[in-house]
Amino acid sequence: MAESHSPMEQFEIKTWIPIQIGDFNASFTNSSAFMILAVFAATALMVFAVRPRAGVPGRWQLLAELCYQFIAKMVSDNIGKEGRPYFPFIFTIFVFVLFGNFIGMLPYSFTFTSHIAVTLTMALVIFVLVTVIAFIKHGFHFFSFFLPAGVPIVLSPLMIAIEVISYFTRPLSLSIRLFANMMAGHTLLKVVGGFVVPLGIFGVVPVAGLVAVTGLEFLIAFLQAYIFTILTCIYINDAINLH
Amino acid sequence: MPQFDVTTFLPQIIWLVISYLVLYFLMAKVALPRIGGILEERQARIDDNLDAAQSLRNESNAEAEAYEGSMAEAREQARSTIYDATQEMSADSARRHEELGERLSGELKSAEQRIAEAKLEAVTGIQDAAASVAAQATERLIGIKPGEEAVARAISDAFNTSVKESG
Repeated sequence: MAESHSPMEQFEIKTWIPIQIGDFNASFTNSSAFMILAVFAATALMVFAVRPRAGVPGRWQLLAELCYQFIAKMVSDNIGKEGRPYFPFIFTIFVFVLFGNFIGMLPYSFTFTSHIAVTLTMALVIFVLVTVIAFIKHGFHFFSFFLPAGVPIVLSPLMIAIEVISYFTRPLSLSIRLFANMMAGHTLLKVVGGFVVPLGIFGVVPVAGLVAVTGLEFLIAFLQAYIFTILTCIYINDAINLH
Repeated sequence: MPQFDVTTFLPQIIWLVISYLVLYFLMAKVALPRIGGILEERQARIDDNLDAAQSLRNESNAEAEAYEGSMAEAREQARSTIYDATQEMSADSARRHEELGERLSGELKSAEQRIAEAKLEAVTGIQDAAASVAAQATERLIGIKPGEEAVARAISDAFNTSVKESG
């Protein structure tokens, strides 16, 4: 009973279909189901809504075009022309995180972006990719990234230490920002929701709060997807242009 | 916190990779080229229409200029035609005026001459008639037929005196 009312219960990973491949547990869980749902929803918008290929777009096609132009502009503003090959990669990150966040806003659904395993995996892949791009583009010259030009020699050990630490904490900050935001918002909703029934007639106060916080959560759902994507752009830009 | 249950990490990561890759291929191979194509096509159509509008505008500007030019030319031509016509007409009327004046003065002169002749004739006729009447009257009164020359002289003198008296 206490277990089922815990605000953390909504983050529970429940195995739907146990799958075991060798030593690996690849079970199909509620998290997997909502990832697949996000893929379907994103595909429905991005592929099927633009099927008419209308010169004057309808609502859904316009929405898909807006997403495309939003990310295309983000890539060209932050990386420039060289960012073009990474556009599908960045776009997929945005759409995947955005749909994960938004689908998580539905009651009784599951938010896969509220799990550190998911966000950290994405952040690590981005981190490794960015580092590989930097090495391919610049070779060992890449290490000059850790010592910005014009820094006095005396300060260089300190600067290098700071730059190295900030570089290697990137995946952590990137993943924890998204996971913590999504988890905190959903927990807050659940905690405030728990006050409604015990307060009786005064339950309208937390309900009003819930309405406001739900609106805020939709904003955060978009904003976190945006931040995650734009930071990816900035990291790729750093790799290509080295400051 | 369920987030730190390490046993759930592997299935999450595996399904994350699967669904991300599926979405990536759907986006990279289908959705993005399609949307990009639509946007490009629309941009191309807008550019085409703008070009067409621009060329039509240039054309109409040229037409308007040509129209203005031909209007100005026609106006100039009309003005010169009117000037020529006015000039011609005034020259013509001056010529005719002169002709008419000449003719009139000629006619006046001939009329004056005719009047003078008629007057002279009349005066002469009157004198002759007066002479013959005076001669006959004298013959009846006194029975003497005066000489023709004397009568004529007397009539002429009397006539001249009467003309002088009557002014």
